Amino acid sequence: MVLFIIFCPIIAAILIMVGMPARKTALAASVLTFLAAGFLLASFGHGQSGFQHVTSFTISREWRLSFTTGIDGLSLIMVLLATIVTVAAVWFAGAIERYENAFYACLLFISGGAIGAFASIDLFFFYAFHELALIPTFLLIGIWGSGNRAAAAWKITIYLAIGSFILLLGLILLYQSVPAASRSFDIRALQTAASAGQITADAQRHIYLLLLIGFGILVSLFPFHTWAPEAYASAPAPAAMLHAGVLKKFGLYGLLRLAVPLLPEGARHWTNLLVILLLGNIIYVGLVTIAQKRLDWMLGYSSVMHMGYIFLGIASAGILGVTGAAVLMFAHGLSIALLFALAGELRQRTGTLVFDELGGLAKVMPFAGLAFGFGAFAAVGLPGLANFAGEIMIFFGAFKNGWVMDSFHIFQIATVLALWGVVISTVYMLRAYRKMFMGTVSERWKQLLDLRLALRVPVALLVGALLCYGFFPQSFVRVVAPRFRTYLSANR
Amino acid sequence: MNSLLPWIVLLAPLVSAAVITLFTRRWKMLSSSISIAAVLVSFICSCFIFAHGTQGAAEFMWISISGVFQVPLGLTLDQLSRTMAVLVSGVGAAIHIYSLGYMRDDEGKARYFAALSLFMFAMLGIVLANNFVMLFIFWELVGFTSYVLIGHWFYRDAAADAANKAFITTRIGDFGFMIGILMLWMATGSVVFTEVAPQMSTLTGHPMFLTVVALLIFCGAIGKSAQFPLHVWLPDAMEGPTPISALIHAATMVAAGVYMLARVAFIIQGSQTALLVIAWIGTITAVMAALIATQQNDIKRILAYSTLSQLGYMVMAVGLASNDAAMFHLFTHAFFKALLFLAAGSVIVMLHHEQNIWQMGGLSRKLPITFITFVVGALALIGCPPFSGFFSKDAILALAYERNTPIFAVALFTAFLTAFYVIRMLVIVFFGRPRSDIARNSRESPPVMTVPLIALALLATFGGFSFFARKFLALPVEREVAIVVPALAIVALIAGTGLAIALYGNRATEPLKDLELVRHKFYFDEFYNWLIYWTQELLAPVSAFVDRWIIDACAVGGSSRGTWGIGALLRLVQVGNLQGYVFVFGLGVVAVIYFAVFR
Repeated sequence: MVLFIIFCPIIAAILIMVGMPARKTALAASVLTFLAAGFLLASFGHGQSGFQHVTSFTISREWRLSFTTGIDGLSLIMVLLATIVTVAAVWFAGAIERYENAFYACLLFISGGAIGAFASIDLFFFYAFHELALIPTFLLIGIWGSGNRAAAAWKITIYLAIGSFILLLGLILLYQSVPAASRSFDIRALQTAASAGQITADAQRHIYLLLLIGFGILVSLFPFHTWAPEAYASAPAPAAMLHAGVLKKFGLYGLLRLAVPLLPEGARHWTNLLVILLLGNIIYVGLVTIAQKRLDWMLGYSSVMHMGYIFLGIASAGILGVTGAAVLMFAHGLSIALLFALAGELRQRTGTLVFDELGGLAKVMPFAGLAFGFGAFAAVGLPGLANFAGEIMIFFGAFKNGWVMDSFHIFQIATVLALWGVVISTVYMLRAYRKMFMGTVSERWKQLLDLRLALRVPVALLVGALLCYGFFPQSFVRVVAPRFRTYLSANR
Repeated sequence: MNSLLPWIVLLAPLVSAAVITLFTRRWKMLSSSISIAAVLVSFICSCFIFAHGTQGAAEFMWISISGVFQVPLGLTLDQLSRTMAVLVSGVGAAIHIYSLGYMRDDEGKARYFAALSLFMFAMLGIVLANNFVMLFIFWELVGFTSYVLIGHWFYRDAAADAANKAFITTRIGDFGFMIGILMLWMATGSVVFTEVAPQMSTLTGHPMFLTVVALLIFCGAIGKSAQFPLHVWLPDAMEGPTPISALIHAATMVAAGVYMLARVAFIIQGSQTALLVIAWIGTITAVMAALIATQQNDIKRILAYSTLSQLGYMVMAVGLASNDAAMFHLFTHAFFKALLFLAAGSVIVMLHHEQNIWQMGGLSRKLPITFITFVVGALALIGCPPFSGFFSKDAILALAYERNTPIFAVALFTAFLTAFYVIRMLVIVFFGRPRSDIARNSRESPPVMTVPLIALALLATFGGFSFFARKFLALPVEREVAIVVPALAIVALIAGTGLAIALYGNRATEPLKDLELVRHKFYFDEFYNWLIYWTQELLAPVSAFVDRWIIDACAVGGSSRGTWGIGALLRLVQVGNLQGYVFVFGLGVVAVIYFAVFR
């Protein structure tokens, strides 16, 4: 089943390359993977904390390299996110003027690569799948992008290549830090070695820093974030949806999968650094977001800012904060995909995303106004949508870290500042909504058409998932928390 | 069944909101019927619960990580919440029905009723919540629905701005509220009211901590109940439809802050400092809002400031450690303020959405039912015996007289001001000669609007008598205060009334012209705008500049220049374009892995 979910998009992409009708094949493949992921969720064994549905093909016995896939709670949720966003992205893509087949193939390669990375238990394929997904992202921006697309494509390519390279260095060191006898690419074997204390504290510190910076660049951790807004502003909407919604989460997933469980001492050592950087994401980037005058840039910056909350959950290193981080990864992926999709639709209709040129659009595009409202209020953490559930768990989890009665320490201060970040994001999101959708509508936009009827399906899918986990977060926690419990207890 | 009944109270409006949004948006009549049916179901069920004194309700888990964090979804059913549920759904039902008339021709009627239902859900959620997180959830939802309803006419700039202002301002208060909840959870390990309460004794050993927690929680109430210095959003919220002003910005939502304070009284009363701060914030709000109200010309804004002032009284009572007095005033205020707003709405609709009182005049003969009910509401508001407001305000004044003389003096002065501005409004709107053509040609509202008025007028008249109120509330204990308090209150009342009649009888324009400070509402809006302006115009662009030119251009630019070197290198091997580069990059990654690991 897991293999099907990984390879369905990839095979469909190849079929499209050789000439199958692009849109229909892509849509069929993405819906099929989504249904398969749904089936996986339904048949998920809640009690177990290990990997399920494991399949393994040995590639090299000597190096202990094998193509091993399987899912646990965390990867299941990420796979589910990837399939939902893929359906929405493909659905929103519509007709493409140039190289339609290549465009859809790229989308499916991103999807398949991301799913593969999330479902790999083997370090080598974990990395390779991510690279497979990155390359089509560059192509999508470079070929189908808008604005100054060549520069943006170059920038993201170089930036993420450097990030990947640092990450690779970290992974190699991680592989070699284990005594030769138990060296393996299998994450489970590494976990066993780490729990047995076979990775020295010194090595942990070095490796963690490399992983933090490597993954951090991929997730736009402050101050390595400047590629993100520019790339998202230039990217075609489906590419921005897939990258901001899914692929970016690979870095966070990597931290949760490798850095937190395997390198607890490294995590402890660099906690203060991480907290300061993530506050840069929340407060500093938040202020930068307020200053933005265009929707695409604002959304790009806001997605950078929200990464700060997820980092806060990871930094808190307690089951509550880490579970919250997982919830928020999922929720943010859905909400940012929705917002980028709508921004793309708006750009198609109006040709501009500058706030001062827009206004009153909810009058002429009521459905787009409603959908954007869901996305915006999800982003500011309105209860009832999944983002709130994630944020509140992160806040409680982070506030708990290092608590002493009568005085505040770094995590308490960070939590308070992060809470102020919620006010900041309220300010910029509501202001954007006010400027674009409310107020008097100018003559220029009186003739705009609302989203076509068929597009209500992907919107409903994204909003439905947000509402579902917003109202019933326990159904999410039940899947993820047991896994983290074993991770974190293995550290002690 | 019995344990599910309270959930029906809560969920019926949610179902209505969902059904309207998903299915019946196109059919306005059907949508409004669904919404009204839902609120009536809530009202009947909460009456049933009230009559039977139901205690228990089913409980579910919202988030549970065993041993670390538990957030149940459970309902509190005690006398306080049962009464509030009846009050909220009852006033809500009256306003739903009234809205049928007021919003008759509105094109967004379905959206309006969906939001109204969602509001009922959120407000009943605040009333019934049994833990802090759940309270916070509904607290935010109430803020959200208020945003939607203030911005109902979103294509008007003023309404859109007011909606944003309300949401952001209350969020600032919620920032403190959340920190308070976090600290309390850390200290007690639970968020459920009934589990936190027994542990308060351990907290009294940390008086500073307790004071900070109490004040942080009070921050939430400052935002939601529009207390000084976050009061600025409430008058602007009058841009919404008038029934909304009546329901949300007078009778229910703004009272949520006071209700919340009563709910967590066991924390607040642990700290004398916190109590004193709360009492003075309430007092300052009461007198400041009353002063501003004396110079307003928009009928709804006058009522909005009077709401602020009355909320100040309630918060003052909380600060004087008497929840009973606060809740009593909340109870009577809900009736007479909803009544005043709806009567004002009737005037506004019949005058084709004219809200300036100087365009009205002589309406007592044109709109007799509206006039009589408005007078009842006004008399209750200024605390004229035997109307309901007299009893509840007298209870608070007596409390202040007993516990804090400076506060009593200010409260008494506020009572004088209240009488002054209310009678001023009454005289200008209903007496004298009509000052415009629309006032001359006005006529009475349809029964769908006047019937709720009459019902509320009856409640505003009798709501304060102890034989009636005792059934709903624990009334404040009758104190052995000398006759001096009611006597002083009546003197203040007569003085204010007399002054207003003397000044405004038969006037065509405002006689007091030199009160710039008051007319500009003490320049709060100007000050905040200045503050926001400088944050936005200075801080945010500075960080944007740093981002663009320092981090991006210098730090990243360096590596970028290196990149061009690589690019040039690649051009040497004839793959200068992006695809080629990416391809080589992919190959390189594989090669690096190969050499680094498999060597």
